[in-house]
Amino acid sequence: MKTIFEKSVAGREGCWPCDGLAAEAYIPKELLREEEIGLPSAGELDVVRHFTKLSQRNFGVDGNFYPLGSCTMKYNPKFTEVVAAMPGFTRLHPVLPQLKGAGHLCQGALEVMYETERLLCEITGMHSYTLHPMAGAHGELTGVMLMAAYHKDKGNEKTKIIVPDSAHGTNPASAAIAGYEVISIESRDGIIDPEALREVLDDKVAGMMMTCPNTLGLFEKNLPEIVRMLREVDALLYYDGANLNAVMGKMRVGDVGFDIVHLNLHKTFATPHGGGGPGSGPVGVSERVAPYLPISRVQKLEDGQFFLDYDYPKSIGYVAPFYGNFGVYLKAYAYILRLGGTGLTRATENAVLAANYMRKRLEKHFEIPYNRTCMHEFVAGAVHQAEKGVRALDIAKALLDKGHHAPTIYFPLIVKECIMVEPTETENKATLDHFVDDLIAIAELTEADPEAVQKAPVTLPVTRLDETLAARGMVLTEDMGS
Amino acid sequence: MIPADLKYAKSHEWVRIDGDIATIGISEFAQEQLGDLTFVELPAVGDTFEQGAEFGSVESVKAASELYAPIGGEVVEINEELEDAPEKVNESPYDEGWLIKLKISGEPEGLLDADAYKALIESEAH
Amino acid sequence: MPYVPHTPDEVREMLATIGVGSIEDLFAEITEEMRPQSFDVPEGLSEMEVLSKLEGMAAKNATDRSSFLGAGFYDHYIPAAVDALTMRGEFYTAYTPYQPEASQGTLQAIFEYQTAVTRLLDMDCSNASVYDGGTALYEALMMAVRQTKRRKVVVSEALNPIYRVMLDSYTSNLHLEFVTVPHKKGKTDIEGIKAAIDDKTAALIVQNPNFFGSINDFTELFTAAREKKALSIMSCYPVLQTLLKTPGQMGADIAVAEGQSLGLPLSFGGPYLGIMTCTKKMVRQMPGRIVGRTEDTEGRTGYVLTLQAREQHIRRQKATSNICSNQSLCALRALVHICSLGEMGLKRAARLSIERAHLCAEKLTAIDGVEMLTNGPFGNEFAVALPKNAYEVITKLTERGYVPGFPLGRYYEGLENGLLVACTEKTSEEQIGILAEMMKGALR
Repeated sequence: MKTIFEKSVAGREGCWPCDGLAAEAYIPKELLREEEIGLPSAGELDVVRHFTKLSQRNFGVDGNFYPLGSCTMKYNPKFTEVVAAMPGFTRLHPVLPQLKGAGHLCQGALEVMYETERLLCEITGMHSYTLHPMAGAHGELTGVMLMAAYHKDKGNEKTKIIVPDSAHGTNPASAAIAGYEVISIESRDGIIDPEALREVLDDKVAGMMMTCPNTLGLFEKNLPEIVRMLREVDALLYYDGANLNAVMGKMRVGDVGFDIVHLNLHKTFATPHGGGGPGSGPVGVSERVAPYLPISRVQKLEDGQFFLDYDYPKSIGYVAPFYGNFGVYLKAYAYILRLGGTGLTRATENAVLAANYMRKRLEKHFEIPYNRTCMHEFVAGAVHQAEKGVRALDIAKALLDKGHHAPTIYFPLIVKECIMVEPTETENKATLDHFVDDLIAIAELTEADPEAVQKAPVTLPVTRLDETLAARGMVLTEDMGS
Repeated sequence: MIPADLKYAKSHEWVRIDGDIATIGISEFAQEQLGDLTFVELPAVGDTFEQGAEFGSVESVKAASELYAPIGGEVVEINEELEDAPEKVNESPYDEGWLIKLKISGEPEGLLDADAYKALIESEAH
Repeated sequence: MPYVPHTPDEVREMLATIGVGSIEDLFAEITEEMRPQSFDVPEGLSEMEVLSKLEGMAAKNATDRSSFLGAGFYDHYIPAAVDALTMRGEFYTAYTPYQPEASQGTLQAIFEYQTAVTRLLDMDCSNASVYDGGTALYEALMMAVRQTKRRKVVVSEALNPIYRVMLDSYTSNLHLEFVTVPHKKGKTDIEGIKAAIDDKTAALIVQNPNFFGSINDFTELFTAAREKKALSIMSCYPVLQTLLKTPGQMGADIAVAEGQSLGLPLSFGGPYLGIMTCTKKMVRQMPGRIVGRTEDTEGRTGYVLTLQAREQHIRRQKATSNICSNQSLCALRALVHICSLGEMGLKRAARLSIERAHLCAEKLTAIDGVEMLTNGPFGNEFAVALPKNAYEVITKLTERGYVPGFPLGRYYEGLENGLLVACTEKTSEEQIGILAEMMKGALR
């Protein structure tokens, strides 16, 4: 499909034509750009048709089952968009509450922030939250910065952070970027082995980052012991909230001893992923870590008024220009109000039910390396299929031809030919069955005609794309390359 | 393919010693494991490395791997053709796909001969 | 329950397939000691009830004031097509394009976004965006530190102070040396910055127009930096960049911008858009997603995420950044905004904004005691010195329905009387007239 630049016609007016006003009247010529920019000149219908056609070349939850493991692609309720589009929110300039005596002009927005923080505290059992981090990985970095501030304030000399081998790649990357040495420990039988932890645990360890349930979809049942071990060396326990959808109402990370947690509101709390963002990654902390939270923090006065407080001398400072992705956590707030405590618990229960149901239905057809009760997701391995030359990648592509988005593949790294399935609670049984049936059919086709699977996809606008050519040729804009 | 006249590091670099000049590359096994290379990052002429130090990296679409000096020395030449043609490392790892030449300083330790290297990769493959 | 579709019969069937008696059996590994001590989340509401509650909260925000606030974040007009197109579920409810064949829409859109912003800033390469202008600046700084292997950074005090405090926070554990070169009555001190650059300097960071609205040509400064092998980082304002000399022309190595002004509502601070561009030489230091053009097995053009070996999911602790999400949908909004207005429309928005700001400056400085704080060329924002504390004036005018600008005293000691005033094409001449009248009254 041609790009909008290729469709551009010089001189064609967009929805707002130029009236010939000259900037030279105000700004000396030597400070102005001379040449044309090369932005598209297209009529409004040209633009509408171009982007409508582009959208039709995309899978999304609205149109396709999207069981992308670890990403919690649940349905995004439409009413939350109505909330986020309310002019009372969209028109608010972020510096408004910084003007003396103007806090009363944005009480509604401050209340949303305060209430969202209180709800997240109750859902996860943490003492306080910051809503500022703008995505999960950003929350992780904030969390590790909090860890560093805590230890520095206590005079602890800590240099290392422990990360299990099943962790998301962002965990070690966040720890390293904050200046820590990353120590990886091997899992045993799919979960953290307290013995392996004991071997690397010493008083240089600042903390450990873990996901629970972990990326294999398994619950870390040694959690209480792990908490005790870390407490002994004054190390903090960090909870990667990517998989919170598995435990709402069943476990609160604060109660079991986590000190820092980041949530992915775009996963658990149903805000749309938008093709890779914007997300929102609030960070919750235990009481002992609260003094270090980013500023500003929203507070409620006795008279019910809300204000922003910047007076936290131990704070790590500013991780966002203002208060984070307000327009995103506003939707999550609306979603939580809609579901309530019972609804959130039901979401978790049905997410776990769906994952186990699919796992059980698939166990005769695919290797399930940890075939026991899983939480909200499970991993399968295409090891039998690989013997026929059909790899996890091929199966993923064949699923696209059937109209499903593929599961996550080749992650976690510790499972061979890994296929990681997270159905979520919002898909009906017919959809789950349809997907399982299609996956079984692909396994059967692998036996009969492996080449057919290797050729997939054949029903989409493009067949497999040459990633090596892309990386070598490096054509990143219309102006690069030949 | 493991040429008998070369020495190998456990991190899969090979080294060919000619007087006080060492030519360095990565093994057939290493390039196969990485897949089609898309980028080779090399040091500048004049940089010096101890044995075992990181001197660059190679990237494919799905993997990246650091390169470690199998022998210490000063860089006297780099294979500039790899900038535009990283595939040479895949096509000809022991010849046209060489990476750098070092002026050797000090004796290398713990390098493997072809047989020992063959044993190493056989054990890694299992 | 909302959004959980299973009937009781289906639940029973599924449990039977699994071979357990109840859903609770699936949570057996969460032992009693790990169960919640409380879970006091209020009961759910109907859609109608939630909307009504939130409408009530939105009504407590005063968005009916005429506002001259800017400070890096501007209220430009957004064509209706932007919402209509970007709200399409195929874009809206997709994830990061890990399966390129099923994500050509997102991928091609990002490719077009990369093309649009590199042309706008006149740079070689762009990534698929980062969180916001401030984190873009932090990532740019880290690119420079990695590339040069140096640790000193020279920052103009006329860089948006909101970003300066962010840079401080992010780098507090990283042992970097910051040299902040004071502004000169709101102007970027080019000579001072030049003098501060030495052969230990990784990068200099400047902004155009700077926080006070003042416009510069940094060509000479960037040339001087290059002689010391230091990198030049410039933060800019995309709408005005349609008219102003570009970072590319000036010789910047990395150019970043807050992309909010390209089709994103103010929304109390986010979500926004971090635009990041650089020279081709720097592209491997770039954080985050990048889309490249390629071919499929039939030779057809297609798009994929590329140069992924830089990223956290492959490199883990050795990655260029920990960033995973971009602001994909915000980047899409910016692209649709640019395309809807077109090159001419975007230039018109910039020109009108500049025109209104100059009219506003003229009217305000005609008032006794009000002077330009920063002299010289400016765009759609300018700084004036009032004869009394700016906070007081702001409070007074805001009560009457006009927010006259941002108090410079919040970030700059000694500028307590300084007021930063911004206009866009949405600011009417009538509003400017009323502001001037009110100001006159407030200063009397």
